[in-house]
Amino acid sequence: MIPGSFDYHRPESIDAAVSLLASLGDEARVVAGGHSLIPMMKLRMAVPEHLVDLQDIADLKGISVDGGTVTIGAMTTQTELIASDALATACPIIREASLQIGDPQVRNVGTIGGNVANGDPGNDMPALMQALNADYILQGSSGTRDVAARAFYEAAYFTALEEGEILSAVRFTAPPSGHGFAYEKQKRKIGDYATAAAAVVLTMSGGTCEMASIALTNVGDTPLHAEGAANAIVGTNLDEAALNTAAEVAMAITDPAEDGRGSAEFRTHVAGVMTRRAIEKAAARAS
Amino acid sequence: MSKINVKLTVNGTEVEKLADPRTLLIHFLREELDITGPHIGCDTSHCGACTVDLDGKSVKSCTIFVGQANGAEVTTIEGISGADGSLHVLQEAFREHHGLQCGFCTPGMITRAYRLLQENPDPTDEEIRFGIAGNLCRCTGYQNIVKAIRVAAEQLNSAQEAAE
Repeated sequence: MIPGSFDYHRPESIDAAVSLLASLGDEARVVAGGHSLIPMMKLRMAVPEHLVDLQDIADLKGISVDGGTVTIGAMTTQTELIASDALATACPIIREASLQIGDPQVRNVGTIGGNVANGDPGNDMPALMQALNADYILQGSSGTRDVAARAFYEAAYFTALEEGEILSAVRFTAPPSGHGFAYEKQKRKIGDYATAAAAVVLTMSGGTCEMASIALTNVGDTPLHAEGAANAIVGTNLDEAALNTAAEVAMAITDPAEDGRGSAEFRTHVAGVMTRRAIEKAAARAS
Repeated sequence: MSKINVKLTVNGTEVEKLADPRTLLIHFLREELDITGPHIGCDTSHCGACTVDLDGKSVKSCTIFVGQANGAEVTTIEGISGADGSLHVLQEAFREHHGLQCGFCTPGMITRAYRLLQENPDPTDEEIRFGIAGNLCRCTGYQNIVKAIRVAAEQLNSAQEAAE
């Protein structure tokens, strides 16, 4: 499969990339690792006339854990996320989820920025960022703005990213120490998108759930922030009734498409199972 | 659309050529450089037959434009065997332990296994399976591939110990 023709650009700064996008207009696309975009180009479902490769922009790379604030540059690969001990200490759910993305070769090139900015509901990082209540930092010719991950996704492949803007980093406050976490993903095989997946971050105190945050992957047009499911467990001791309610409330907000992974009904069911398992695993890990 | 000047170091040899930006790394290797060890299997970044080493990392060369690899060091299966054509320990182990049947996946499989053993010189069977999860084999059922990689790791480690 041969993609359509394009001109290739490799700017060395965010400013240069933003100016290029401004001058090239809507025929240009940025490429990070390219493992979502290049397959689309090979199918000619994406036919950009200009490709702006961000790999030489040092300001888009790296992980910083500064006090309680975690900032991850958009061009940080999943392999780099997995390798970061500082990140694994501050926010271990990122390593857990990254290990469930693609396969080793894909994780070597796939980036957090590409994963969250692409807008594919199958991507794993968006729900994770919603569970962590992360902000995305967007840079364009008219300046920089932050958009919450919970407000970023509009529909499949439609996001708050404006034409000419680059998502330069994600930033969030690390969950409190002793928090519990889990990313439970059901998939048919390694490398597959989720049939359904759930990200859970919570804190426990004396057997009672004090705080919880839940989001779901690939069971709707966008990642789903399952606020109701989280509310269903806060203040409880995670007994059977609370877990059942959380799973039911999570299932109620899903709207998956029927595909090779199963019927809509089955995928909704799996979303409930993943929610329940992730809550139980997170609670067992909390201290 | 303007061509780009591509410079790569492939298996230790510097190459420089003009290329259409839409050229995928696998096509550049196979068609421009006649390096036909890396195979095109699925052409959709699933099967791993096109796996090469790019600046010390395993990648699928069917899903990387040659411009993205510009300036990089690339190692293919051709660069893993000795310059005199002698087989690498991994290649010997695949032969000895029947780690291949049709052989189509083997160049990618061994190129990935080569990097896996740099990343983790003494992997468990489970770590081997997780480490080669991006390489599909439709013949062997993987049992003998895992065995071959484990044996190669043991041989490389004992050679290393003997040298120290």
